[in-house]
Amino acid sequence: MPFGLNRWSARQSFRMQHSLARWCGRFLAGFSLLGMAASAHAQERPLALLGARLIPIHGDPIEQGILLVQGGKIKAIGASNNVVIPPEAERRDLTGKTLMPGLVDTHSHIGLATSGSNERSGPLNPEMRALDAVDIRDPALQRARAGGITTVNIMPGSGSLIGGQTIYLKLRQGRTIDDLLLRTPTGRIAGGLKMANGTNPQGDPPFPGTRAKAAALVREKFVAAQVYREKLAKAGSDADKAPARDLALESLVEVLAADRVVHHHTHRHDDIMTVLRLQKEFGFRVVLHHVSEGYKVAQEIAAANVPCSVIVVDSPGGKLEARDMDWKTAGVLERAGVLVGFHTDDPVTDSRLFLRSAALAVRSGMTRDGSLRAVTSAGARMLDLNDQVGTLEAGKDADFLVLSGDPLSVYTHVEETWIEGVRVFDRSDPKDALLATGGRGAGNPRAASLCCFGNGGDQ
Amino acid sequence: MIPISRWLAAGVAWGVLSLPMATAQVAVRGQTVHTLTGPPIVDGIVLIKGGQIETVGSGATTTVPAGYKLLTARVVTPGLVDAHSTVGISGMLNQKQDQDQLDKSAPLQPELRAVDSYNSLDPLVDWVRNLGVTTLHTGHGPGALISGQTLVVKTWPQNLDQALLVPEATFACTLGPDSLSAAKDKAPATIAKAIGLLRAELVKAVDYQKKLAKSDLEKRPARDLHLEALVRALEGKQPLLFTVQRHQDILSVLRLAREFGLKIILDGVADAPLVLREIRESGFPVILHPTMARPSADLENVSMGTAAQLQSAGILFALQSGYEAYVPKTRVVLFEAALAAANGLTFDQALAAITINPARILGIADRVGTLAPGKDADIALFDGDPFEYTSHCVGTVVSGVVVGEGAK
Repeated sequence: MPFGLNRWSARQSFRMQHSLARWCGRFLAGFSLLGMAASAHAQERPLALLGARLIPIHGDPIEQGILLVQGGKIKAIGASNNVVIPPEAERRDLTGKTLMPGLVDTHSHIGLATSGSNERSGPLNPEMRALDAVDIRDPALQRARAGGITTVNIMPGSGSLIGGQTIYLKLRQGRTIDDLLLRTPTGRIAGGLKMANGTNPQGDPPFPGTRAKAAALVREKFVAAQVYREKLAKAGSDADKAPARDLALESLVEVLAADRVVHHHTHRHDDIMTVLRLQKEFGFRVVLHHVSEGYKVAQEIAAANVPCSVIVVDSPGGKLEARDMDWKTAGVLERAGVLVGFHTDDPVTDSRLFLRSAALAVRSGMTRDGSLRAVTSAGARMLDLNDQVGTLEAGKDADFLVLSGDPLSVYTHVEETWIEGVRVFDRSDPKDALLATGGRGAGNPRAASLCCFGNGGDQ
Repeated sequence: MIPISRWLAAGVAWGVLSLPMATAQVAVRGQTVHTLTGPPIVDGIVLIKGGQIETVGSGATTTVPAGYKLLTARVVTPGLVDAHSTVGISGMLNQKQDQDQLDKSAPLQPELRAVDSYNSLDPLVDWVRNLGVTTLHTGHGPGALISGQTLVVKTWPQNLDQALLVPEATFACTLGPDSLSAAKDKAPATIAKAIGLLRAELVKAVDYQKKLAKSDLEKRPARDLHLEALVRALEGKQPLLFTVQRHQDILSVLRLAREFGLKIILDGVADAPLVLREIRESGFPVILHPTMARPSADLENVSMGTAAQLQSAGILFALQSGYEAYVPKTRVVLFEAALAAANGLTFDQALAAITINPARILGIADRVGTLAPGKDADIALFDGDPFEYTSHCVGTVVSGVVVGEGAK
């Protein structure tokens, strides 16, 4: 199977069987409330977008096609003679524009500027949650919308071996982080676990000084999680026999149950192989991130059926382990049959320029179609959100972009970003244009808004 | 005692490195040739001899003489000039041993020369040359009030002495939060103190300059490399490259320039749109921050549209790759111009911002920046619109030497 689809979906059903009842119960109430809030904003009247070139990702582009949206979902997509537009629908002519799915950024740090993303008190922090750190009012989120990003995995940094729990957000216009959350089928707040190896998590004790020590510390922690999981299983429903709650190990038990995906920062070929070794030993699901030397071990990555989220930056270096970084990585991995995505690592690269990653990969040998999948459907699969986002298909969330031209051209602008049928970015609005290009007020994560007392809304 | 054979071996190795590669006779033919001296030539040919451009003309009327190596490409431009970089001094690996762009022992060190730091073999020199850059203005980085000097160098040959265009180009100065001392209780801790230190030092230099002018040799002061350097700045022989981002700091630099009659190149200038009139009236050129500079700290107001604003205001400006502390270790000026072209500059204006404009600002427009007879044969070849990410640089010619062929 190309892209390792087979194993990835098999794991997904495995995860479903091992649903954690207590997470389920705790969050289901919140889930349904959120669903109501989201649909209240989405249009009940159908919206028909006509005349644009549609890039659905899962199929060939459609010239002058129709995208029909209602209730936050895609109702239909197709050639102009294949979609029936309900008479009550609002019609919008987008002739000359290009529509594609909203982008999925599998690795970002937006919203963490004022909270910090690296906990340097210790190297193993699986209990930490990005949920508790993201400032959703940071203009970095609106800049990401300006770049066409609709779904994002916000992660702790790579300064520790286990950086903490990541959070998958829909970049809806919300007032609090709760408005942006996604849920897993079991009701848990969607997110993975950030891990890192190589030089970033190294340091003075308690941090590892060497690569072998780093791996040993991680293995010890996972072994502890295995023991904890056994105790939980033995206790069953008997609360008296259950071990004391351990927030760190609880998180790792989710990883062991393949319910929480590991997002692993790794650059060098030998570090990549270490991740694959740990993955094999503990059986977790993992996405490799950055993968700077991935082209050196592409066969091994393909054989392990592990997806890669690649970073594309303008030059190699900046640190020893990125010296052999090469634009060809994504193309080489693609040809080896690996599921390839990209990420911004914002602020390392700018969320507004995420499509550049795809274009530079094409410059160095990736297929055009593969590069567009890499910023949409491939990322969605890495976050287990492919039933919901990543392509323009009937039944999926109405997350899409209106582009002024070809997605890989430098001259193309994201003109509009839509999430679940709601326009969250509009370049023709001066306030949004400011965030898209920059200027006074666009870059301060905590800009004061003192003018003027009492005349604003509640936003 | 070192055996003579080893001396010989070393000499041979040095010879290989220092000998210029044969500057063959080369013809470059492009479907479109952007000369930057006039409108683009459709089907143009550039003939090169002895490292210089012989003729630039139409392919229909120019005969390529026998014995010339012929290169062809869809698009031909002048070799790119990176107006401000730290490549070769802030090395690729970002380890202590390859980071020579900032000496933190003192806030004002105009005597530090870039020629004593530049590593022509750093891989990032190859990297940018393979993407069309033929001239680099590089040197000491931002982070101190005066961190040292800069130089202008070709990206080939690899021997610095042969590649050097301007050994003492500017003084790299920074005014802003970045230029304040990180060390506790060490000045300057505030911007006002920073300006105070600069003024005090320039006053000393004025005094030194006066003493140097004394007719009585006995009364002239002893050589002082530090003050000698500042005297060059006072005399306008070597401009001050002021990296300054915030509007209030830009105005402070202009005030300082007026007080001492300094020749300034404004660098970075993220807040330029807020003080556009003052910049234009100063007459100083601008080396603008990278178009993709991150909007944070003193660059919080940075905009991709500022280049277009400078253009409309009639201010001479160039684009730069700038200094990068982490990943990527350098930006590529080609891509910075590309994004400016997508945000308000025309193609020609964006190309000028990485060719003829920086050449003018750096005082090397008689040598590089356009394709014209008599100029250095510095040429970049592309297989499509140079600004499109999916195009490739398919060849770079530096001083008549074909350095890179093949898609990059």
